[in-house]
Amino acid sequence: MSDRHLIDLTVNGETHEVLVEPRKTLLDVLRHDLGLTGTHVGCEHGVCGACTVLVDGEPVRACLMFAVQAEAAEIRTVESLSRDGELSDLQRSFSEHHGLQCGFCTPGFLMLAEGFLAQRPDAGREEIREAVSANLCRCTGYQTIVDAIEATATRRCHAKEKEATA
Amino acid sequence: MTARFDGRNGRWVGASVPRREDPRLLTGRGRFVDDIRLPGMLHAAFVRSTVAHGKLAGIDLSATLAVDGVVAAYTAEDLGLGDIVALLDRPPEEFSPTAMPILAREKVRFTGEPVALVVARDPYSAEDGVEAAVVDYEPLGAIVSEESALAAGAPLVHDEAPGNVLVDVSMFDTPGVDAAFEAARAGGGRVVEVVTKSGRQNALPLETRGVVASWDDHDDQLLVQMCTQVPHQVRTAMARSLRVPERTVRVTVPDMGGGFGQKCVVGREEIAVAAAARRLNRPVKWIEDRREALTAGFLAREQRYRTLAAFDEDGRITALDVDVVCDMGAYSCYPFTAGIEPLMASAEMPSVYQVPEYRVRARAIASNKAPTAPYRGVSRPQYVMAIERVMERAARELGLDPVEIRRRNVITQFPYTGVNAITYDPGTYRESLELAEAAIQDEGWYEIRERAAAEGRHIGIGYCCFSERTGYGSGAFAKRKMAVVPGFDISEIRMDTTGSVVVTSGTMNHGQSHETTLAQIVADRLGLHLDQVKLRQGDTERIAYGWGTFASRSVTIGGSAVSLAAGKLGELLCKIAAHLLETSPDNVRLDGDGGVVQIDDPERRASFEEIADVAYLRSHLLPKDVEPTLTATASFDVPGDGTFSNATHAVVVEADPGTGRIKILRYACVEDCGVVIHPQVVDGQCRGGIAQGIAGALFEEITYAGNGEPSAASFIDYLVPTATEIPDITVTHLETPCAFTENGAKGAGEGGTIGAPAAVLNAINDALRHTGVELDVTPVHPQTVLAALDAGVHKEMSVPS
Repeated sequence: MSDRHLIDLTVNGETHEVLVEPRKTLLDVLRHDLGLTGTHVGCEHGVCGACTVLVDGEPVRACLMFAVQAEAAEIRTVESLSRDGELSDLQRSFSEHHGLQCGFCTPGFLMLAEGFLAQRPDAGREEIREAVSANLCRCTGYQTIVDAIEATATRRCHAKEKEATA
Repeated sequence: MTARFDGRNGRWVGASVPRREDPRLLTGRGRFVDDIRLPGMLHAAFVRSTVAHGKLAGIDLSATLAVDGVVAAYTAEDLGLGDIVALLDRPPEEFSPTAMPILAREKVRFTGEPVALVVARDPYSAEDGVEAAVVDYEPLGAIVSEESALAAGAPLVHDEAPGNVLVDVSMFDTPGVDAAFEAARAGGGRVVEVVTKSGRQNALPLETRGVVASWDDHDDQLLVQMCTQVPHQVRTAMARSLRVPERTVRVTVPDMGGGFGQKCVVGREEIAVAAAARRLNRPVKWIEDRREALTAGFLAREQRYRTLAAFDEDGRITALDVDVVCDMGAYSCYPFTAGIEPLMASAEMPSVYQVPEYRVRARAIASNKAPTAPYRGVSRPQYVMAIERVMERAARELGLDPVEIRRRNVITQFPYTGVNAITYDPGTYRESLELAEAAIQDEGWYEIRERAAAEGRHIGIGYCCFSERTGYGSGAFAKRKMAVVPGFDISEIRMDTTGSVVVTSGTMNHGQSHETTLAQIVADRLGLHLDQVKLRQGDTERIAYGWGTFASRSVTIGGSAVSLAAGKLGELLCKIAAHLLETSPDNVRLDGDGGVVQIDDPERRASFEEIADVAYLRSHLLPKDVEPTLTATASFDVPGDGTFSNATHAVVVEADPGTGRIKILRYACVEDCGVVIHPQVVDGQCRGGIAQGIAGALFEEITYAGNGEPSAASFIDYLVPTATEIPDITVTHLETPCAFTENGAKGAGEGGTIGAPAAVLNAINDALRHTGVELDVTPVHPQTVLAALDAGVHKEMSVPS
């Protein structure tokens, strides 16, 4: 396995050069080569969703994608959510609703919700629940995660309405 | 919003303050074991047994060592480590001690058992090295069921455990048991017999186990960074296995992605990795993958209860006669031993009911399956299911309402000393039942159920009442005769020159919000702002000894220790302040706002900052008998039999006769964990626990083929429920302050898991009440429901494999 490729990866708006074996997953490159350890390893077979990142805006399992496949894409990880040390509205909502306990699955849920709400900004509670069922959480029983995402969706919609009427 | 930050009645305790843990976890700045990277770090992977039971005829690692990137490979013989041995102080007829080698020696006892350790430059090469290993097994007969374990002439999992029995205890046999059964048979009473079974589950923290071990010449110490609920017990076991003084091992725990009991025992892999790091004098990391976690991680819950119960004609229970068998898998876990499940079941089976006569035999058997460890609730989900099924069966046979039969039997007078010699502290057993029933009634679920029945739909209502011992002090564990007796906790508090404090605790947060809740307790006790309190835990160098986090002990025992330490520091601050204010110590008190005030002249005050300044920077001003340090240490142990939280769960389900699917329509939890420190956190513990209980009731199970091969090696086969399977859950709190803890709290970590299986199972049976079907085995898979409906008869169902 000495075959290696030099690739450019654009992560959170920054471009990195990485030398990788073709078998190396995007997940391992993010965590180990780029030091972006917010994206977590839960199962490595695409079920738990702890490794969810956004690839060109779509929630994707970073454990099921090879880094070499992600070369021309825009990747976003949990590290991109807060700006200047301020939590984003989604992150604040998770905290307010106790949508996390051990916090291990949290980055995956945040990125899943970020991608989902971008596509379905006016999603209702049951749609949110369906979307959230893509990822596993072992601590919360999910209710407060759904609460947090629903509250964010509502707040964003209100803010938009206000903007429109202003 | 402001109220959340001010606390209740001006106190932090009782308020859902924002969690101190959240900002780092939400931004990806949490630090979990796999996030740790050290210079020169190597990566470990394990060669694991592909057979369940067999002689190790040969291990050839030459091809492994030839793999590009592999640095070393070790067998048990190479490492030469001492075994892990967990002991009970019980006679040979009750307990067979067995050893768990760090790597398998001479024979393997379950599929997935570690046989050799490979160390490489990167994890990919380590796995390549594992694939290249050649291991020769001579298969022996595999023990995969209770029947095969206990059969005459069965192959032995451990030569030291005759008949494959690890623990066999008959703890209670009160004199009137037989007479009570005779009376029930002769008179207008009833004797009911129920056989309940629960499937083998994986606690399944989302972060798998992991370790980074490195030798530090500067500290003359092996630094072991790992995810464990019990860092001190790991240090003790590791030092013994490595045969080194304990001071040369330091265990630290970063953020932890859950544990649920699976991480409150000592694993062998971490010790093997530590030994490799010491030999190679390089940091070595091992992160368990999901396949390993499912097949070789500690499991739990596979139990069978045969319960005979006598009732009088009024539906009051007069005697219980119980036989319990727990399949503990291949090894006894350290420090709890294979006694963890049978001893819990024996002591606490009477549950919340007034049971006058009691006989119990409980066994732990060895099998060729992954070993078991405590899992959230330990045996209580199972014995509660057994006795709750007994209540339901008796109610049916006596023509009583399921709530009414519970009402007639629950303990109502406290303190109550049971037939099991346990004294229960006051709780709301009856009140929680009434409230839960009222919630279901008021929302019209009984009417909905009847209307549905008229339409041929199967809607059912189920209840479960239980209490859970939470504050297991050393007295309670000593009764179990464990050779290693958990129970107390120690806390140290230190104030710096700015008046802020750092508190240590021997407990270990892994999702329970200790950084917030323990800080709330300290902030109230000293009159500090929450921001001025920092909790540190998970480091064996900071705390002399601690028992970690399990059995809902953190707030009861750990919380009491931090409270006592803060109280001692408060006394010290008052003493120095009195000296500075030139008054007597009786004439000052903490003012609740970061200072000490003179009682007879409230204008005169010394802030903590002023006191700390004197204590450290101008110590010549201290009173003569006060040392120049603002620290205090306290320990706490729960007196007597411990503390008991209680709850009633009520659930409404619909069974689909076409698909066998069970859908939960309503879930209500009424619980009493004493004083609630942080309502959101308690709600979260309840809901998370209930989700795991529902998982056990309906979804998760690891079965084994006849040759001992496990059925679940990925999340494709092991069905963890998602957001669409777990319903919204209402949690109602009752607060009976506990007299045995410093803060009135009783602990809340396990209750949800305990109540859910029985409540869901009872609801399913109620839904199927017109079909003649009764199910007493979990998980209830759709195919179980369909098969039962097809059979359409009252009988015990076994789960199809």
